[in-house]
Amino acid sequence: MTGFRTLLYKEVLRFWKVSFQTIGAPVLTALLYLMIFSHVLEAHVQVHGVPYTAFLIPGLVMMSALQNAFANSSSSLIQSKVTGSVVFVLLPPISYGEFFLAYVVAAMLRGLMVGSGVLLVTIWFAVPAVEAPLWILAFILLGGAIMGALGMVAGIWADKFDQLAGFQNFLIMPLTMLSGVFYSIHSLPGFWQQVSHFNPVFYMIDGFRYGFFGVSDVAPEISLAVVGTSFALVSAATLLLLRSGYKLRS
Amino acid sequence: MGVAVAIDRVEKRFAALQALAGVSLQIDEGEFFGLLGPNGAGKTTLISCLAGLSRADAGTLTVLGHDVVRDYRAARRLLGVVPQELVFDPFFSVRETLRIQSGYFGIRNNDDWIDEILANLDLGAKADTNMRRLSGGMKRRVLVAQALVHKPPVIVLDEPTAGVDVELRQGLWQFVRRLNRDGHTVILTTHYLEEAESLCGRIAMLKQGRVVALDSTSNLLARFAGQTVTLRLAPPAVLPQHLATTATVADGGWTFQLGGAREIEPLLAELRQAGCVIEDLRLTQTDLEDVFLRVMHNAAGGRSSDR
Repeated sequence: MTGFRTLLYKEVLRFWKVSFQTIGAPVLTALLYLMIFSHVLEAHVQVHGVPYTAFLIPGLVMMSALQNAFANSSSSLIQSKVTGSVVFVLLPPISYGEFFLAYVVAAMLRGLMVGSGVLLVTIWFAVPAVEAPLWILAFILLGGAIMGALGMVAGIWADKFDQLAGFQNFLIMPLTMLSGVFYSIHSLPGFWQQVSHFNPVFYMIDGFRYGFFGVSDVAPEISLAVVGTSFALVSAATLLLLRSGYKLRS
Repeated sequence: MGVAVAIDRVEKRFAALQALAGVSLQIDEGEFFGLLGPNGAGKTTLISCLAGLSRADAGTLTVLGHDVVRDYRAARRLLGVVPQELVFDPFFSVRETLRIQSGYFGIRNNDDWIDEILANLDLGAKADTNMRRLSGGMKRRVLVAQALVHKPPVIVLDEPTAGVDVELRQGLWQFVRRLNRDGHTVILTTHYLEEAESLCGRIAMLKQGRVVALDSTSNLLARFAGQTVTLRLAPPAVLPQHLATTATVADGGWTFQLGGAREIEPLLAELRQAGCVIEDLRLTQTDLEDVFLRVMHNAAGGRSSDR
């Protein structure tokens, strides 16, 4: 287990040493979103009977956590691949399971830290209720794990930084931005409501928000089932990729 | 003495390139073994297969009896590899790098050994410096240190002195020699043939993914033993036809490969008879470079000049 613990420690130290960019920057971005959207919409919109600013906060927390969990594992892997320092983790007797776990847990921790940071700076604008804290925890942990694993897939697959940026800009950003962070999907036209139901990130956000307000677009049990299944699928795919040595061990 | 590394009929192909075409080698414990060959001969691919960075298409590799695929944990714990590329993790200091590397191998509280390695590689003053701020030579030393954190019984150095200044090279060899004396098996690839000649007890030469020579350094030198005579003739004289066919032209002079010192006099006598006046004459002992060039030449399908 020392190998896993060291790799986890190294992955956490890596983002912690540059926390200004890896935690500070996304917290500021989320704060800007909140200030702009709440300024424009607070007086006009309520969702599920919740004032707009309070409604928005959990969504921003989760979106930032998810995006940063993805960014953590993907950027760590592509950096070490491009610089060649990935050999330092490939030469030691670390199993692919330990490898997977270390990167995913580090990504979850980064997600948690960013999420907590966003909550801490936005809570001054409106205090969201906390109806069911266990649901909150379950969704942010599972969501972070899915995005961490997905980040590993992207980091392993991409050979260059712009390929990774493509993955991030054309898949992760649309999935997270169009997941109901800024609105309830009930306010969408029928077609787009249907489309949203195929976005796993929608269930992460919706279930997470349920933990705060006790209301959601779909039942939290359904969201948990979808998110849990997504986690199992993405993990299995990542583990298979690691076991095959794809792009890591030629 | 047991077998440190056994490589059995290993093949590896990258698309159209047959990088390894059935390599078999056995390296005993405690050996200082040289792996030589031109660029693209397959040296680094072979090391990558041994270290688990690449997977062989066929054949087996073991480190102290542990298969590098089936029993990879044990095999990797016994192996320390200094990679050829000058790579580093820019986030950490030298000491952090070495502590982390120890942890990867399951070792905690390794500071005593880390200090010893740092002192031996003359890195003590740089222990808390970030990797980014080190010169190329210093980074190279850290790579060596990283390969040694877990005291591996088998050490592989893939061209560790490429682009390294003379002083560090000497220091590095002193340290590696000591490790070898202490019982570590050392496998070295290098382009500096004089280094291989002075360090390695046994040498394998690789060409196009095949072993083209495998013998003790002294046997290899003896196999091609002898002298080389290089001479330049005073202008009007022409080398007699039958001598010209046995010599090679280099730098405006003629070079003859001789089997031993006693063949010098007959050559000179023949030249005298032909009326040649010698303007300049140089006598050199065969070194590993000659052996290397001749083995490579023979392996290319040229006529064997083995005696």
